[in-house]
Amino acid sequence: MDHKHIEMRSVRKSYRFFTLDDLSMSLEPGEVMGFVGPNGAGKSTTLRLAMGMIAPDAGEIHVLGHAMPDAQAAAKRDIGYVSAEMRLLPNATLGWHMEFVKSIYPEWDGGYAAALVKRFNLRPEQNARSLSVGEHVKATLLLALARRPRLLILDEPTNGLDPVARHEVISEFMDVLRDDNRSILYSSHNTVDVERISDRITFIDRGRVVESSNKEDFLDRWRRIHVQLPAGVSLPDLPNIVGRVEDGQFITLTTNQYSEGLRALIGSHVRDVQRMNLEEIFVANVMFHREARGA
Amino acid sequence: MYSGINISQTDARPMYLQIMEQIRARVAAGDWLSGKELPSIRALAAALNVSVITIKRAYLDLENEGVIVTRHGKGSFVADVNGLAGELREARLDEHLAEAADLARQLGLSEDDLAARLRRAQRNLDKK
Repeated sequence: MDHKHIEMRSVRKSYRFFTLDDLSMSLEPGEVMGFVGPNGAGKSTTLRLAMGMIAPDAGEIHVLGHAMPDAQAAAKRDIGYVSAEMRLLPNATLGWHMEFVKSIYPEWDGGYAAALVKRFNLRPEQNARSLSVGEHVKATLLLALARRPRLLILDEPTNGLDPVARHEVISEFMDVLRDDNRSILYSSHNTVDVERISDRITFIDRGRVVESSNKEDFLDRWRRIHVQLPAGVSLPDLPNIVGRVEDGQFITLTTNQYSEGLRALIGSHVRDVQRMNLEEIFVANVMFHREARGA
Repeated sequence: MYSGINISQTDARPMYLQIMEQIRARVAAGDWLSGKELPSIRALAAALNVSVITIKRAYLDLENEGVIVTRHGKGSFVADVNGLAGELREARLDEHLAEAADLARQLGLSEDDLAARLRRAQRNLDKK
């Protein structure tokens, strides 16, 4: 049995105005995990903890079988990390950066790097200073991908990319996954992309994991139920309802555990049952947990 | 790379159902004959830019329906069942007929009116 690629248990990291608390999650080989949360939720902090760039105050972190941050040197040989804050040296060309990364990482795949230059429409002779925002993002991704690391940790990798560039980049991510021993952990605001390419999804809000689950489970369980209730009739007690909006006879219920049994309880008053997309599930989930935590 | 299958973000159906529907259509049309090997789960995921788990779900449900069979370590194949394509097409016909019956009821047509219209549609086909 292979190691989990990432395992975090009860991790805690405190700053003056922000605490990441009781964070547990795991990533299996061959999986893509989408990490979704509002601004300031703790996404980047979590990814930096996984990289060993910062140490947790409590809890355990293992990445590719190495304890972090103590064994980070060994783990990092096999991790590609890209964040939107990364800056290439402005006066050096992309080609120089490629040679530089190649000199550090023997696994550098020159043929793949050349193919990526083409597919991403980049020019090795161009200085980093004159790259557009999107080109800069693609260049940093190229430098990580061409090392063929077993684990990719990507902090908002599609930020600043136009739709065509986003498509190019996502195709490369999926290509990585042809190998079932490689995995990707990435954070994003773009729930459409996350919904499409993730196997597992972790929602995080205000420093806590709201829910972490297999994507198909998420999409299967959540439903909006539209009910029309004649005057004088009331609904029985219903389990697993996380949201309820009433407007005269019309009631909209949100459930995180839909079943035919639940529908049968409401009976003939059901007008419609709708699936929800990931963005709707995310917002409903966060609102429900904030209420439950008394925020 | 196989990319004939499309996934629409505006389609209300989940992605795995969209994939199942398009594979069923290929089997029903006879383009994919019994015994044909399907793309591997990871290859199809990469070709469609869709997560592995979504393709797994689609293949699992197609297997439960008897449309494909999966042999461990060998891959997935269109099921070797006589008349499977015919059955799928008949199922599609029943769906269309149910929809037509529903529309007819909304329009207040009698059973005979609907049957007469069906016969007229059949005659129009013969003329072509």
